[in-house]
Amino acid sequence: MITFTDVHKSFGPKKVLQGVNLEIPKGQSMVIIGGSGTGKSVALKSVLGLISPDSGTITVDGKDATKGDRDAFLARFGMLFQGGALFDSLPVWQNVAFRLLRGSLKRPRDEARDIAIEKLRRVGLTPDVADLFPSELSGGMQKRVGLARAIAAEPEIIFFDEPTTGLDPIMSGVINDLIREIVVEMGATAMTITHDMSSVRAIADKVAMLHDGIIQWTGPVGEMDNSGDPYLTQFISGSAEGPIEAVR
Amino acid sequence: MMVLTAPLAALGRATLAFLATIGQVTIFALSALTHIFRPPFYAREFANALLNIGWLSLPVVGLTAIFTGGALALQIYDGGSRFSAEAVVPQIVAIGMVRELGPVLVGLMVAARVTSSIAAEIATMKVTEQIDALTTLSTHPMKYLTAPRLLAALIVVPVLVGIGDIIGIYGGFLVSTQQLGFNPATYVRNTVDFLQQSDIISSLIKGAVFGGIAATMGCYYGMNSGRGAQGVGRATKASVQAAAVLILAANFLLTSLFFST
Repeated sequence: MITFTDVHKSFGPKKVLQGVNLEIPKGQSMVIIGGSGTGKSVALKSVLGLISPDSGTITVDGKDATKGDRDAFLARFGMLFQGGALFDSLPVWQNVAFRLLRGSLKRPRDEARDIAIEKLRRVGLTPDVADLFPSELSGGMQKRVGLARAIAAEPEIIFFDEPTTGLDPIMSGVINDLIREIVVEMGATAMTITHDMSSVRAIADKVAMLHDGIIQWTGPVGEMDNSGDPYLTQFISGSAEGPIEAVR
Repeated sequence: MMVLTAPLAALGRATLAFLATIGQVTIFALSALTHIFRPPFYAREFANALLNIGWLSLPVVGLTAIFTGGALALQIYDGGSRFSAEAVVPQIVAIGMVRELGPVLVGLMVAARVTSSIAAEIATMKVTEQIDALTTLSTHPMKYLTAPRLLAALIVVPVLVGIGDIIGIYGGFLVSTQQLGFNPATYVRNTVDFLQQSDIISSLIKGAVFGGIAATMGCYYGMNSGRGAQGVGRATKASVQAAAVLILAANFLLTSLFFST
């Protein structure tokens, strides 16, 4: 279980997180929604230690995320970045097998390549993609490679940062379905941040709405449409009228 | 009153920012140095850095050195040394290239070619979240990106300086023997007789220091780049400026250390 307790984070005068409290139960898929610039990515990166909160605590299975063996902690996570964040200088298979080629999870090179090709196949890519470089791939293929990299070491917890941004609706649907299938298949805990409502409906078990630096609403995805929360209702309907200012 | 104090306040802010940058660069450089000696080691990254910083810099270093050596020979010959030109030209070309021009020009060429490339590459990795991705994949960016490049520069730039010294002296030799009519054997003998071991050692030490500066500045500004294409551009520009100025300042300090009597 991932738990945020009164997490605050500011960048200069801008207060991004102002007391976030949230629980993500083990094995569940939590989707955090909210407008651009509301701190969704900051919350996610705070768990991984990429950003340090100013105050508050984040625990994973009851242990403080900032303490203990960093390598062992990070080995439990996989992450799909918004733009893929593939390493330009490495061929696709080495991107996918990056964690398996070095560090505590190191495997023989041939075995790592076989695992990479299997994971590529899992996300719908053929083995001939393995030796291409990221710059030779389309945006959708890069997302799939990023997804393959995120699951390569079979992590317990997977984070997805805006998984469908920049993709056409059909490719978005494919990525959403893949994410859902993989999370269910692996029994992983998933945390996704997005403002794409089709992703929310496809991926989420539970939804949390982040606005003004706090979680405004959280609950099962099935209750989202009838929540009665004015922030969530406005966000889902995409209306300019409501408590969320249209110009931010 | 505000009108009078505003320039002072701006000067104070600039001074504080400058001092803070010096502190940050120093901490970064020390951290990078310690990562060279602590595992894990990334041999493939180190080999790539050796290739990029050393082998691929050879053409620009060679061309810079040969033209500089040739021009130096012409300047010395033209500058009033005709009375004993055959002795003076090779001696001054040799000492000028080995003590000063070789290390400084190689350092500046490396700053232009390598520092800019390291800064742009790492800054692009930062803005495209590749550095965050490295961290999430349990790989320390300082170990994976900075340490191999710094170690490669510390090793290979002195080699480049040595090669630059030799090519520069050869440039002077070519001009002197082909254009000015000097005797080749005499030119070589005068060069070898005049150069001392300490000249060569100082040249190579300067190379190592300048290589370290070039790689550190590239990595530092890359890692601390701002967002977007503008951030990458600014990081690249700042890295080359800082590397060039620091190389020239370090050259002065090292020359004072080695040769002031």
